[in-house]
Amino acid sequence: MTLQQTVSPHQFPTGSDAFPHRHLLGIAGLQPWEILFLLEEAKQWVDLNKKSSKHADRLDGLTVINAFFENSTRTLLSFEIAGKRMGADVVNMHAAQSSIKKGETLIDTAVTLNAMKADAIVIRHGSSGAVQLIADKVDCPVLNAGDGSHEHPTQALLDALTIQRRKGEISGLTVTICGDVMHSRVARSNIYCLTTLGAKVRVCAPPSLLPAALDRFNVEVFTNFDQALLGSDVVMMLRLQNERMNGDFIPSPREYHYLYGLTRERLMLANKNALVMHPGPMNRGVEIDSDVADHLEHSAITEQVEMGVAVRMACLDILTRKSRGVEGWS
Amino acid sequence: MNHIFTNARLILPDEEQPKTGRLVVDGDRIASAGNVMDDGPGKEIDCKDRILAPGIVDLGVFAIDKPAFRFGGITRAALMPDQSPVLDLPAMIKQSAAEGKPDLWSHPIAAATKGLAGTQLAEIGLMKRSGAKGVATGRQWIADSGIMLKLLQYCKSLDLPLIVHSEDAGLTAGSVATNGETATRLGLASATAAAEAVSIARDIALVRETGAHLHFRQVTTSDGLNLIRAAKSEKLPVTCGITPAHLLLSDIAISDFRTFARLSPPLRSEENRLACVEAVKDGTIDVISSGHDPRGPEDKRLPYAESAPGMAGAETLLALSFTLVRDDIVSIGRLFELLSANPAKILGVEAGLLRPGYEADFILIDEDSPWQVDTRKMAAAAGNTPFDRLPVQGRVTAMYKGGRAY
Repeated sequence: MTLQQTVSPHQFPTGSDAFPHRHLLGIAGLQPWEILFLLEEAKQWVDLNKKSSKHADRLDGLTVINAFFENSTRTLLSFEIAGKRMGADVVNMHAAQSSIKKGETLIDTAVTLNAMKADAIVIRHGSSGAVQLIADKVDCPVLNAGDGSHEHPTQALLDALTIQRRKGEISGLTVTICGDVMHSRVARSNIYCLTTLGAKVRVCAPPSLLPAALDRFNVEVFTNFDQALLGSDVVMMLRLQNERMNGDFIPSPREYHYLYGLTRERLMLANKNALVMHPGPMNRGVEIDSDVADHLEHSAITEQVEMGVAVRMACLDILTRKSRGVEGWS
Repeated sequence: MNHIFTNARLILPDEEQPKTGRLVVDGDRIASAGNVMDDGPGKEIDCKDRILAPGIVDLGVFAIDKPAFRFGGITRAALMPDQSPVLDLPAMIKQSAAEGKPDLWSHPIAAATKGLAGTQLAEIGLMKRSGAKGVATGRQWIADSGIMLKLLQYCKSLDLPLIVHSEDAGLTAGSVATNGETATRLGLASATAAAEAVSIARDIALVRETGAHLHFRQVTTSDGLNLIRAAKSEKLPVTCGITPAHLLLSDIAISDFRTFARLSPPLRSEENRLACVEAVKDGTIDVISSGHDPRGPEDKRLPYAESAPGMAGAETLLALSFTLVRDDIVSIGRLFELLSANPAKILGVEAGLLRPGYEADFILIDEDSPWQVDTRKMAAAAGNTPFDRLPVQGRVTAMYKGGRAY
């Protein structure tokens, strides 16, 4: 009886042993219970966010800097709301206004941010590895909000939370990720997250947009979307960047839609009640049709956005516990 | 008066192992090497049983960096034309050829095309008159096969070797790594390693057509080496080289976005690395060079894709190459063919061998002396080595250029 209690999935190591990391730079390397701990912590914020008064005071007096070196509306907004709902003073730094444009090196920018004595820095950068480079130079926790084609950990966490809420246990589900996998940090973080949690992950892309050596990632690789969809419980579509649509990687948007667009008919190939996800912003009519994106039962796309705020609140809370002197977090 | 270096273990031409003996130097030339005893009066210098080897001739550096070359036992260095401005005019060649003297001879390599842009032939004949010992495409490849053919014809008529960088730029455009698990995990733009074989195959076909001497500066893949092996068995005038990095490291070394391991061509898979070691062993590879390219933090402390490729390789060249001797890949005699004799031969200079009449460029080596590579304590202009913290053995204890100690 007691033995069963100790293996319950909702029991985590105590204090900082539950998440013994200073930064959140990626999903790669995280243990399954560490991911589950973050998801479990996020659930309380999902509930709070549904109330009319959405304020917590855990981060009162703390300063969070959102340093976005790459344009973003949705993720920046999500992090800003998350920080504010936790009670932190949130400051946004946009690339367009930053000294990067004046030729300052990233290291100098990092040192400058550090001197502002932020309590957490959220960074998005267009170059893989840039967030880690900054994290090595600052004293406070760093959250990766997307670096190049490398990782976008909070996206993977919010996707996992969405799947958990809609499907229950992630372990054993078949998840198909389709689109520009080569350039996608969302795909990489999701591959790590979902395989770590025991899902069967399928990756589908035109051959020109498949990265090398995917056989080393514990995923099944497809170039035929119809075959990939057969038996899928979750279909995760990726955004196709406009600049890759005209001959460099694929011949045209309409050919892409013909081969890889998620239409109502195609979705019928997946399992009944299959969940449809997209990290946004969507190219309606290219990678996904509107009647699928807006489908009340299948589509979880707006729920993903909702989960995003909760997951980011949890991440900010957990990463600042040490500096806030929360008991057991050293 | 002669100088007689006694009690030395000499690395003599065509000998696998060192031979204890004496080296007699007359002025700036070698008078005799071996156990010739009737060399008349002279000042004796006791070498204390150290290895006495020909000075290293470094075929393909990107900067003249004398402290690093002195540490590494490099007495001659062939300077690549990828300078700012590009070495594509006779006056620049002339100036660059005089730069290191007297303790280091710099052999500037002429740019094959104006500005290394790959479209218009540079004044190769005039640059030869100004002292160019070879012609190079720099870190680029010449995409236009018509230009490449004319270039080879020109080099053939002027009797100059053409040194090429072997990567098809159509395949490697925008990439900073080799396709593989590491690049995919890091989310770095990568290219197929076949880019090398594609470019080598074309160039070999043009050598067959022209008979010009083509030196592939760095060959790093199994397929590329197989093509060169076949060309050599056809007796085509091709040679090739490599750096210790591609013999000792695979693409895993770039994990954690380590920009010091960003090289051009990029580090390859472990299978390709092993093929390179095999090619050193079977004689397909003719030259080991440093590819010396010191780069400071402004070029290297950047996000990986924004950093510049290149490593400071001069001072680690000898010590890292010695691992090939310890691992029984090559004999010590063969190692100095790779480091000194072959590069000198390609450049057409009378150096790189302990042979009477040749320039008295040589180094004394304590091959067992241990030291640790430390990026913060390098003699080079910058410490961008991918071998930071590696314990190595082998150190140059003295260097002689033209018979004089430096």
